[in-house]
Amino acid sequence: MKAVQFEYARPKDVAEAVKLLAEGGDGAKCAAGTQSLGPMLNLRVVQPTMLVDLRHIEELKAVTDAPDAVTYGACTTHAAVEDGRVPDPTGGFLREIASNIAYRPIRNRGTMGGSLVHADPAADWPSTMLLLGATMIAAGPAGRREIPVESFFSSIFETALKPGELLVGIRVPKRGAKARRAYWKFCRKTGEFPQAIGAALLDPDKGESRAVIGATLSTPILLSNAKALLAKPTDEALGAAADEAGFADDPYNRRLHAVALRRAIERLSA
Amino acid sequence: MTKPTARISLTVNGREVSAEVEPRTHLADFLREHELLTGTNLGCEHGVCGACTLEIDGVPSRSCITYAAACDGAKVRSIEGFESDEVMEALRAAFTAEHALQCGYCTPGMLMTARDIVLRLPDADEARIRKELSGNLCRCTGYMGIVAAIRRVLADRRKAR
Repeated sequence: MKAVQFEYARPKDVAEAVKLLAEGGDGAKCAAGTQSLGPMLNLRVVQPTMLVDLRHIEELKAVTDAPDAVTYGACTTHAAVEDGRVPDPTGGFLREIASNIAYRPIRNRGTMGGSLVHADPAADWPSTMLLLGATMIAAGPAGRREIPVESFFSSIFETALKPGELLVGIRVPKRGAKARRAYWKFCRKTGEFPQAIGAALLDPDKGESRAVIGATLSTPILLSNAKALLAKPTDEALGAAADEAGFADDPYNRRLHAVALRRAIERLSA
Repeated sequence: MTKPTARISLTVNGREVSAEVEPRTHLADFLREHELLTGTNLGCEHGVCGACTLEIDGVPSRSCITYAAACDGAKVRSIEGFESDEVMEALRAAFTAEHALQCGYCTPGMLMTARDIVLRLPDADEARIRKELSGNLCRCTGYMGIVAAIRRVLADRRKAR
């Protein structure tokens, strides 16, 4: 239960972090709250040669509120969102999500960016950001680039970040006052990773319907039949959604994910 | 390979501490083995059980998945640092009155979370207390007494305000 030996570096800014990651090569690993990485280190699931601690980079803690979007620095903690210490462009939806992530001590240190790059399909921020259509802002040796959330998660625990890149921010677009969002998760115990996640978004001004199934065996899935689902969440449409999320051959999980999604959709109009 | 080390300076229970640590040393091991502050208990060592919960920079945190090197410059307060804390005094008395501990292993972490509930959520009802307490596992007493102790302190403070 003790991590392997590793070096520790604490860069002052993003440029220095990028440099450290380049020097450290494959063995260098970004760290922030270490609320996901810590367990993996202690269990020796990951064995880095260097931790690059991003927690003291001011830029990564900053949150900017623009007319069309709010951009969260990657090191924004769950607790900051839960407590309303940062702007929430979703009318309280992000606060609700944050307040139900794990436990308060975890939320005090765990970060939005850390959860997203960890890319656990059962974590809350990946499904949430996929639902909201966020943009990931990455920095690396070749400069900065933006990655739409739809192409950010490449597999279970895998993202589109290239070696040497780090996530600096998450841009959440603003929507009209009529937009509604809802989320449902099944947890066997309060605060545990969910067994199933369903999430739905309806934006009448843009004529946009989005629906997500999370806690899959790959990535959270943005469903192709969202419009029909939100219009009428029939058992058939919900089952098709669970099939699309990879549960066609798993009756228990197919049902569980379909029900989670149905409850999220029902909450949209509650 | 030479053993990697990090030089850290932090405040532990109001006292300035400097040390040379292996970066892989988590905060709980640092407190227990370098500072001989054994009030912080280790249960699961992967952030689930809550036994090691203490305060870093004023907020409850898991000391088993937070590394001592990452606490360079931080203010750490372990259970030993709450001897004369008013809320903790009330909680200790309430834990005794309500039989909120048996073996006591989870108690330091339970008290940390209990204090956070009392201060952050003064109007918490039983359901909220139980939700907030879900990150601290007790494997012998159960939660009835612990919840009752927190309710007792909250009720006393509501009366006093």
